[in-house]
Amino acid sequence: MIQGEEAKKLHPTLSYLVQKQSLVVPLIAVLVAFLIGSVLIALQGVNPVGAYQTIFNAALGSERGLLRTLEKTTPLILAGLAVAVALRVGLFNIGAQGQLIMGAFFATWAGFTFTNLPALLHVFVGLLAGVIAGGLWAAIAGVLKAYRGVHEVISTIMLNSIAIALLDYLVNHPFKEPGQALPRTVPIFETAQLPKLGFVPVGFLLALLVAMFISWVINRTTAGFQFNTVGANKFAAAYAGIKIKYIVVASMLLSGGLAGLGGAVESLGITYRFEPAFNKGLGFDGITIALLARANPLATIPAAFLVGVLRSGAPSLQFDYGIEPEIVDLLLAITLLLVAAPILGKLIFRKYAKKSETISSGWGS
Amino acid sequence: MSKFLTRHQKPVLWTLLVVFIAYGFYFWDSVRTTSILNFTLSYALPLILAAMVGIIGERSGVVNIGIEGQMLFSAFVAFFAAAATGSLIMGAFLGMAAGLLAGAFLGIAAVRWEMDQIIAGVVINIVAAGITSFYYTPGKSLPAIVPRIKIPVLSEIPLLGPVFFNKSVFVYLTLIIVVVLQIMLFTSKWGLRTRAVGEYPSAADTAGINVFRTRIFNVAIAGILAGTAGAYLSLDAAGWFERGFTAGRGFLALAIMIFGAWNPLGAMAAALFFGFASGMASQLQADEVINIPQQFINMLPYVMTLVVLSFSAGKVRPPAAVGQPYKKEG
Amino acid sequence: MAPLLEVKNVSKSFPGVLANDNISLTVNAGEVVALLGENGAGKSTLVKMIYGLYPPDSGEIFINGNKVELTSPKAAIDLGVGMVHQHFQLVPVFSVAQNVALGAEKKRYGLYDSQQAEEDVAALSQKYGLAVDPAVKIEDLPVGTQQRVEILKVLYRDAKLLILDEPTAVLTPQETDELLEVMRGFAKQGVGVIFITHKLREVLAVADRVVVLRNGKQVGETKPSETDQAGLAKMMVGRSVVLDVKKELAKPKEEVLRIEKIVVKDDRNLIGLNELSLSVKAGEIVGIAGVEGNGQRELVQAITGLRKIEAGKVYINNVDATDSSPYQVHKMGVAHVPEDRERDGLVASYSIADNLVLNRFTEAEFSKRGVRQVEPIKKLARFLVEKFAVKTPSIETNAGALSGGNKQKLVIARELAWGPKLLVAAQPTRGVDVGSIEFIHNQIVQARDNGAAVLLVSAELDEVLGLADRVAVIYAGKIVAELDAAAADRNKVGRLMAGGDTN
Repeated sequence: MIQGEEAKKLHPTLSYLVQKQSLVVPLIAVLVAFLIGSVLIALQGVNPVGAYQTIFNAALGSERGLLRTLEKTTPLILAGLAVAVALRVGLFNIGAQGQLIMGAFFATWAGFTFTNLPALLHVFVGLLAGVIAGGLWAAIAGVLKAYRGVHEVISTIMLNSIAIALLDYLVNHPFKEPGQALPRTVPIFETAQLPKLGFVPVGFLLALLVAMFISWVINRTTAGFQFNTVGANKFAAAYAGIKIKYIVVASMLLSGGLAGLGGAVESLGITYRFEPAFNKGLGFDGITIALLARANPLATIPAAFLVGVLRSGAPSLQFDYGIEPEIVDLLLAITLLLVAAPILGKLIFRKYAKKSETISSGWGS
Repeated sequence: MSKFLTRHQKPVLWTLLVVFIAYGFYFWDSVRTTSILNFTLSYALPLILAAMVGIIGERSGVVNIGIEGQMLFSAFVAFFAAAATGSLIMGAFLGMAAGLLAGAFLGIAAVRWEMDQIIAGVVINIVAAGITSFYYTPGKSLPAIVPRIKIPVLSEIPLLGPVFFNKSVFVYLTLIIVVVLQIMLFTSKWGLRTRAVGEYPSAADTAGINVFRTRIFNVAIAGILAGTAGAYLSLDAAGWFERGFTAGRGFLALAIMIFGAWNPLGAMAAALFFGFASGMASQLQADEVINIPQQFINMLPYVMTLVVLSFSAGKVRPPAAVGQPYKKEG
Repeated sequence: MAPLLEVKNVSKSFPGVLANDNISLTVNAGEVVALLGENGAGKSTLVKMIYGLYPPDSGEIFINGNKVELTSPKAAIDLGVGMVHQHFQLVPVFSVAQNVALGAEKKRYGLYDSQQAEEDVAALSQKYGLAVDPAVKIEDLPVGTQQRVEILKVLYRDAKLLILDEPTAVLTPQETDELLEVMRGFAKQGVGVIFITHKLREVLAVADRVVVLRNGKQVGETKPSETDQAGLAKMMVGRSVVLDVKKELAKPKEEVLRIEKIVVKDDRNLIGLNELSLSVKAGEIVGIAGVEGNGQRELVQAITGLRKIEAGKVYINNVDATDSSPYQVHKMGVAHVPEDRERDGLVASYSIADNLVLNRFTEAEFSKRGVRQVEPIKKLARFLVEKFAVKTPSIETNAGALSGGNKQKLVIARELAWGPKLLVAAQPTRGVDVGSIEFIHNQIVQARDNGAAVLLVSAELDEVLGLADRVAVIYAGKIVAELDAAAADRNKVGRLMAGGDTN
């Protein structure tokens, strides 16, 4: 807080920026990443202004584009929340991807298995199946962390690979759509489909509500206080009588549940079936989003929207200019680098820069 | 020699036992035994190198979760450099240089910027995936395959000869690196200082050792080994490159490092064990001795990692200062 | 001849504090200079600059008359400066010889020569009478021996100027006397010694000259022959201080804490408490005296639910509290002032208000149906900050921004606010300024007078002897003696602390 105190002596505008640097730095990071990206695009022999215009036009310029963008944004918000919630407890859930596809599959499964359910109930059952699948999948990592001391970064990565192999088996063998060459499931019943309101998918509204709810839980409830305390200082948390092991498992359950919900919303609202090729990379974008949002639940919404715009608009780049849509991966990677490394903050705010937060403490605990 | 034997009784006995059993199987079925062991070694090789990267980093107090990305980036650079220059040596060299670069980044981010080491590693992975997937161009091929070098006499030994002594330069290099690292870590001045920096950095600092420089140097040098692993993967083991090519080996390597209790030889044994288990499962599957869907065979190393870690994570002790940026008090 | 060390007008500031303001210091070969000051007076900052750990903002340092730039410990070591640190700088998993040689290794065949190092250390320890086995791992050595290794480390590098930063904090009175002897011995051999302490008795016993620092400023220089304890104390604090705690005779009532033969393991899975038994009654302060590392930490953690009890029983108000969780123990009426407040007692990134309810956030007043009640929390915070005189701009300030003394007041406020039945206070005044020490001592005595049972654990023998109504001496995980405060004198307790008997 000395930083804050000293900052008060500065010019009021400057002081305001210093106080809000967890907002300012990500914004500038995005801008700088776009600048670097434009150089890279120019190196490919393409006018960067035109390229960016194409992306934003395709993503936001039409109702169809907007729908697609919001559809992309929806699971990203939830994946970002998943990573952010775990970060609050000092856990780095790299396995949002695995939890998300588990959720996507089991929501689909509920969607094509239960018959004769009323529409609203069927959707609910589908979403719940996704939440439970994702939550339990992440809880494995939580239990391993709390009771066996296995670092969550390793275990969640292993669980990602296991989930991919497991689902590959399920869609190739027991749940393969009969008479299909592609490994995929049958479609879900219409009763399990999430509807759209114009260009706004219902899943998107659901994701917004969930983000607000999580924000409230983290900032206003006793449960959130325990999460934050374990994340901020686990020794003090133990001293204060918080059951750390329990919190670790519970937070992973919640984190995985959110990722699973992301997969479920995708299955029930967009793809209507499960196919391994569908949800690639969403979980990893979740990491970028959570770090861009500085683990603030509400901030995952704009962060996810940005990523959603890029992901939604990028395919047109290939169409118009022959630039691979993977440019987005590169752009996001540069953004993440600039957000996560304290370079920008130090460059802009000098001695007033906030220290980067430490979340890991090695493998021991 | 006798001192070595008494001090390392257990590992020596285990090695002898493994060799004995291997020959037992060899005389029973020489073709299959040789093929399984060949598979074991080629599977284990990148894991061994990657585990060395992890060991050097953690022994100096820096977690390297970015090995995966370092390898991916190096494999990419090695492959396309070799394809572009028409020289495997150039490819390997530039691959290692790419590893050095990625290693140096982690060192500087973790030490100079005091960035969270895990986040820094994840950033490396994501940036490497971003670069390699954007700049990936299909349809390129290598100018040649990496030659096998037959070691005279040794390569004539049954079983051991074809498995260990008729291999590419990468295999010999890796075996040498493991042995040298084992010796350096525990009996050299560098090793003593490195371990001090990883165990109790302020003690090293007050004894006149530059903690920051030691850490950055070690993590960067380890990057060269990650580069070697990447070059091996794309130039030798596969002969091609594709997106997401390293397939999680960098993470398996960290588990192997823990399983091997942060010892180079221990990690090598763990990697060989992983390779053997996978090779055995594939062989049994191919022979229709067991009938398990391929996906479950693919899962094996990951499940093994979880099982192994949940039984060893609490038992072996990591270097005490791993993951913590060193700050001078004030 | 130029003095061994000359520090001229050195200043050093850290964000928010001026740690050293224009300090000058001279040390001649063969003399012991005591650097005296309270916690936070700037003693450590000054010597860390002399040892190259951080650069001065301004001012000059001369060694043997030559101006020097001490940019790193290595530069200082090369110029003959050696330092024994307050927190031992030893790698626990290394042997004694490895620790001594580290940074100054001798090589054979290009590798570290462990045999040579062990021989050298053996020779050194023989020469200076600092007995230690060079092949043993540091983590297997008692604290007193570890300090010998620290000194050997410095001697191995041929130091001409030896800095000892609070070296007696971890020693028994007898070990302290021995160390003072060793220091005189070094001086006799022509070594210059800087001795940092805040213990007046030691200064008077060993120093040739005394330099006193207060709030980062040099307030004076004197000789032991020209002053006494009261004089030194006044210089150090800037006003006359009450060295003794004023309190009535204790009126012990019913038993609150009863410990029956508990066995507890330490961090290394070895026996930390060995069938320890102890009883504390309402209205009395029981002080635990002992050299650090004899089970004090394990005892506190076992009572407060932070460490597993392998065997034996703990009763609080006659209710079995063995292996209860910290939450349950708290609910039984136990307050805990932890030894390491920065690590265990506070969340630095939380506001003062949140820290004041850190272990009470589930109480009905502060949480309704799982939702935090912000206003009642703030109300409590404002009340406690006022009552316990915590110096802070507001209750929204992060706890991490407070000074050591105010952080400790914050912890004390939280723990005493709700009228606990048992107070377990570990190192309650460590790293705290004199003003806060007086305040905290008075609070502890007041808690006792209000009927609480108090278990006081402190590494400062003076604090234990001054505050406790009954002194229990801990050694090797056992209470080896219990003495009435009136019967407990330094020498007797000191011998018991070292494992000897009273006769």
